[in-house]
Amino acid sequence: MAAYVVRRLFWSIPVLVALLLAVFLLMQAIPGGPFDFAGERSLPEAVIANLERRYGLDKPLHEQFANYLKSIVLEGDLGPSFRQRNRSVNDIIGDSFPISAQLGILAIGLALLIGIPAGIVAALNHNRLPDYVASFLAILGVSIPALVLGPVLYWLFALKLGWLPVALWGAEKPFFLGFLPMPTAKFIRHAILPTVALGTGMSASIARLTRASLLQVIREDYIRTARAKGLRERAVVVRHALKNSLIPVVTVLGPMFAAVVTGTIVIESVFGIPGMGKYFVQGISNRDYPVIMGVTLIYAVILVLSNLLVDITYAWLDPRIRYS
Amino acid sequence: MALLEVKDLTTHFHTQDGVVKAVNGISYEVNEGETLAIVGESGCGKSVGVLSIMRLIPQPPGDIVRGQVLFEGQDLLKVPEHDLRGIRGNRISMIFQDPMTSLNPVLTVGKQVGEALEVHQGLSTHEARAKTVSLLQMVGIPEASGRLDDYPHQFSGGMRQRAMIAMALSCDPQLLIADEPTTALDVTIQAQIIELVKRLRDDLGMAVIWITHDLGIVAGLADRVIVMYAGYIIESSPVKELYANPRHPYTVGLLRSVPRLDAVRAQRLIPIEGLPPDLIGLPDVCPFAPRCAHVMDKCWSANPQLRSVGSGHQVACWVDINSDGSHGL
Ligand SMILES: Nc1ncnc2c1ncn2[C@@H]1O[C@H](COP(=O)(O)OP(=O)(O)O)[C@@H](O)[C@H]1O
Ligand SMILES: [Mg+2]
Repeated sequence: MAAYVVRRLFWSIPVLVALLLAVFLLMQAIPGGPFDFAGERSLPEAVIANLERRYGLDKPLHEQFANYLKSIVLEGDLGPSFRQRNRSVNDIIGDSFPISAQLGILAIGLALLIGIPAGIVAALNHNRLPDYVASFLAILGVSIPALVLGPVLYWLFALKLGWLPVALWGAEKPFFLGFLPMPTAKFIRHAILPTVALGTGMSASIARLTRASLLQVIREDYIRTARAKGLRERAVVVRHALKNSLIPVVTVLGPMFAAVVTGTIVIESVFGIPGMGKYFVQGISNRDYPVIMGVTLIYAVILVLSNLLVDITYAWLDPRIRYS
Repeated sequence: MALLEVKDLTTHFHTQDGVVKAVNGISYEVNEGETLAIVGESGCGKSVGVLSIMRLIPQPPGDIVRGQVLFEGQDLLKVPEHDLRGIRGNRISMIFQDPMTSLNPVLTVGKQVGEALEVHQGLSTHEARAKTVSLLQMVGIPEASGRLDDYPHQFSGGMRQRAMIAMALSCDPQLLIADEPTTALDVTIQAQIIELVKRLRDDLGMAVIWITHDLGIVAGLADRVIVMYAGYIIESSPVKELYANPRHPYTVGLLRSVPRLDAVRAQRLIPIEGLPPDLIGLPDVCPFAPRCAHVMDKCWSANPQLRSVGSGHQVACWVDINSDGSHGL
C-alpha cells in the first residue's frame, strides 16, 4: 500500500506539470496583459515594457515557464503577484487558503453528518413518510443554490435577528498544522452561517446518493442471507449494507472536497470571508498570471490528494480492491 | 405433529405489469428428520414458496395473501417480528443458490459464519470465533483456523457454499432449507456438497427441504418429492413411488428429461415441449394444459385439485395416466 501511494504521488507530478503548462499557455491566449491598466488609467508603453522586463515577461515563453517551475521546485516560490504590490503568491495563498480550507472542511463535515443519516433513514423507510420528507428536503436542498441560500440566511440571522455576526471570518492565527484554528466562540459564531449555506446543498446530494445506493444494496442476496440469519434490521443495515453502499458516496466526495476546500467564490463574497475563492476570478480578470497559476496548482494538488484518499478508502471499504 | 406444516400458502407480487401469482395455495408437511425435495422448472415458485415460510419475501412488491406456516404448531406468518428472528438462522436455516452473491463481499467469512452464534446463543466474539473454526472443519474446509479472516472472494465457489452450510448449521437448526444450493457449482463439486449435506443431516438429525430443478439428484437424497408447476403443487409422492409410478404428465416429462445411469440402453432424452405459462393473469384452469399431450376439454375449463392416487401419493390432473404414460382412463 505504501509503495502504491508513493507511486501514485510520483505519477501525479507530470500531471501537475502538464496542467500548469496548459494554464500557462491558455493565459497567454487571453487577450490583454497584467499591466494594461493601473486603476482607471492605462500605463505608458515605456512603463509597461519596464514592468514586463522586471517580471521576466520579455523572455521567450519556454524560458518563462522553465523559470517558473524552477523556482517552485527549488524554493517553493510561486512568484510575485503582478497586481498586489509587495505580496507574493505564497503570501496570498498562505493567508487565504487556510480560511477556505476551514470553511470547506466544516461544510463537508456538516454534509456528511446530515446527509448520510438522512439517506439511511429515507432508505429504511422506503416509500413511507420519513422517506418522502427526507426526499423532499433533499430535492429542496439540491435545487436551492448557495447564491440564494447564503443571502437569505445572512439577511435573516445576521441582519434581521442579529443572532450571528454579519461578516468576516473569526479564526485567528496561529493555525495548528497550518490550517486548524482554535475553536473559539468567535470562530464558531462566524462559521455557522457560511457552513450551513455551503453544506446544505452537499448534504442534500449526499443524502440522495446514500439513499439510492442503500436501496440498491438492500436488494442484494447477501442482505437476504443476513436477514435469514435472524439479525435485527438495524444490524442488517449497519453491519451488512452500509459499508457497501458508501462506495458511490466516497466517489463523489473526492472532487467535492477539492472544490470546496479551495474556496467558493459565492459564499466567500456573500459573507465577506477572505478565502481563496475570489482569487480564481480576480486573478483572471486582472491577468495576474502567477496568482492564476498558484491557485490552480493548489486546487490540482488538493484534487490529486483527495482522489488518492478516495482510492485508499475504497480499499478499506471493499476488501476485493487491493493495490500493489 | 409434523415439524413444519404449510397450509394453502399463497404469495403474489404486485408489479407494474400486473399481479404475479408466484405461489398458489400450496400445502405440504415436513416431519422431523425427513428430507423433502421440491422440484420444478425455473420460475415455478420454488424459491418464493420457501422464502415465504421465513417471511423473507420483499414486501412490497411481495404479498403473502393467504395461508399458514405452522412450525411446531406456531404460525410463522403471524408471529411478531422479534419471535421470528429468534427462529431464523436458529431453528430454521437457509442456504441459497449462488454462494458468490449470498455472502457479503466486505465481511470476513469467519465473521459471517459466527454471527448467528452471537445473535442466538449469546456467545462472545471470541467464543463464536472458536466455534466457527470447528464449524468450518465440520464442513470440510481445510486449515479452517487460518481462513477465518479471509474474505469470500478468497474462497472458491465450492468452499463458499461449504461456508454457507457452516453458517446455516451453526445453531443446530431443526430444519434446513436448501434453495438449489448446487445449481451454480460444477458437477463434481455438486456431488460433494450433496454428500456433505446428507452426512450432516444424518449426524445432526435435522429435516431438510431441498429445492432443485434436477430430478436426477433427488433419488438418493429425499424421502418425499413435491413437483411444482406455475405456483401449484401438481404431484406429491414418496420418492421411490414417484420414480416408479409418476401420475402427472408433467412429472413424466421431467423424468424423461433426466439422464439415467442405470438405463439398459441409452435412452433418448426428451425435453418437455413449450414454455411454462406467464404467472401474470394466470387463468384458473390447468396451467399445464397448453403443453400437455393428454389434454382434454375439461382441462381448459377447471383447475384440478390434488387427489390421492395411492399411499402418500397425490396428483392434480384430470387425466389418469399409467407409469408408461399411456391413458388409463
Ligand atoms: N421480487 C419479485 N418481484 C416480482 N416477481 C417476482 C419476485 N420474485 C420472484 N418473482 C416471480 O415469482 C415467480 C417465481 O419465482 P421463483 O420462486 O424465484 O422461481 P423458482 O422456482 O425458479 O425458484 C417468477 O415468475 C418470478 O418472476
Ligand atoms: Mg429459485
